[in-house]
Amino acid sequence: MARAALPGRLTWQFARVVETIAETPTAKTLVLEVPEWPGHDAGQHVDIRLTAPDGYQAQRSYSIASAPEHSHLELTIETIDDGEVSPYLTEELRVDDELELRGPIGGYFVWREELGGPLQLVAGGSGIVPLRSMLAHRAAVSSEIPTRLLYSARTLEDVIYRDELARAGEGVTLDLALTRAWPPDWAGLTGRVDQDTIARVTFAAGERPWVYVCGPTGFVEHVSASMVAAGHPADRIKTERFGPSGTGGS
Amino acid sequence: MSPISRGFTGRRRDAPDPSRIPPGQYLTRDFPVLSAGPTPRVDLSTWTFTIDGEVDEAVSWSWEQFLDLPAEEVTRDIHCVTKWSKLDTRWTGVSVDRLLGSVRSEAEYLTAWSDGGYTTNLSREDVADGRAWIVYRFDGEQLAPEHGGPARLLVPHLYFWKSAKWVRGLRLTADDEPGFWEGYGYHNHGDPWLEQRYQGD
Repeated sequence: MARAALPGRLTWQFARVVETIAETPTAKTLVLEVPEWPGHDAGQHVDIRLTAPDGYQAQRSYSIASAPEHSHLELTIETIDDGEVSPYLTEELRVDDELELRGPIGGYFVWREELGGPLQLVAGGSGIVPLRSMLAHRAAVSSEIPTRLLYSARTLEDVIYRDELARAGEGVTLDLALTRAWPPDWAGLTGRVDQDTIARVTFAAGERPWVYVCGPTGFVEHVSASMVAAGHPADRIKTERFGPSGTGGS
Repeated sequence: MSPISRGFTGRRRDAPDPSRIPPGQYLTRDFPVLSAGPTPRVDLSTWTFTIDGEVDEAVSWSWEQFLDLPAEEVTRDIHCVTKWSKLDTRWTGVSVDRLLGSVRSEAEYLTAWSDGGYTTNLSREDVADGRAWIVYRFDGEQLAPEHGGPARLLVPHLYFWKSAKWVRGLRLTADDEPGFWEGYGYHNHGDPWLEQRYQGD
């Protein structure tokens, strides 16, 4: 595991909400203007801090959805039903509200064009968010690195960035796997992503891809173990897991 | 001074004992999993735990020898830098005091290293006097691989990334050498009560 240069101190700063985009019935993208943003790498995250009138504060981590090249910082938040922070961000927060955040955080689960490829992305549910940043970075720098995305979601309605992913463009192969329900004319994958699916729609170990897997714990455990079993070296597989309690954290 | 977040009240102040939740943390009852890579599958027949580096003579235990060491049962609160805290977690393992007692060393620091390449750095002081263990049971059961089994370091008074999963040894060092997350900008010490999450906190 290589080591990055030590970054500077992370200070809290203000972000202004300039737009909110409903991605799915439960996920929303916050488009933020962050005047002091120091820049980031695709795959990193931020900490958000909310303050109640009595001074009580809550913090959570969220993956960055936008490319480093984008003019605004974007976060896509999946609402956790009994969550304390995510329902506030997706249901209460409005355009022109201010948000305290700091980042970027994390330096291991990142992809830069210079790292090369091929690039194999595997997402479960809202685990697509940091991978979308990587795809957007790839597009922004007109990269021709061969890229595959295997994205597992419950239903078509739950697929975040659906239209954008469908036109991801030259050199990007998208495979959607729907696990709970699918349209009658669905031509994509169905059911749980298993070893056989992985063998069919991901780069073979011999092509030496960089592999990024993000999603719920069980999904990431299963996919990363299958990739290791398929011969991918463990140090080419980077993972980001979130349990019922965490969201997109490191 | 932070501005008030319009419309935010917060819901989780009803922790059984708020004085046990460090600043910026929230209480969880499940046990989230966070790791940077695949979970290593470990063969216990070749597993060893080693203390080496700046020591008079390195020492190493096989899995069976390790299980024969006097074990302690400890119940502690744990705090992850990703904001969750979990109270009264119950572990079984060998105290680091006892393990370090097997070597002679003037070194003031150590690096815990793991299967899969993970490392984290600690001062001798932070693992002394009954504050750190190598644990192999959680809540009365064998420690599951995704939680660091067969054995992990437990240093509950620091953020949980210091409690290295799949730990295989402690390497004593004369200098303080940043480990994996410490090299990516996480705090060198990681005291949750001082909210030492990232470098400069």
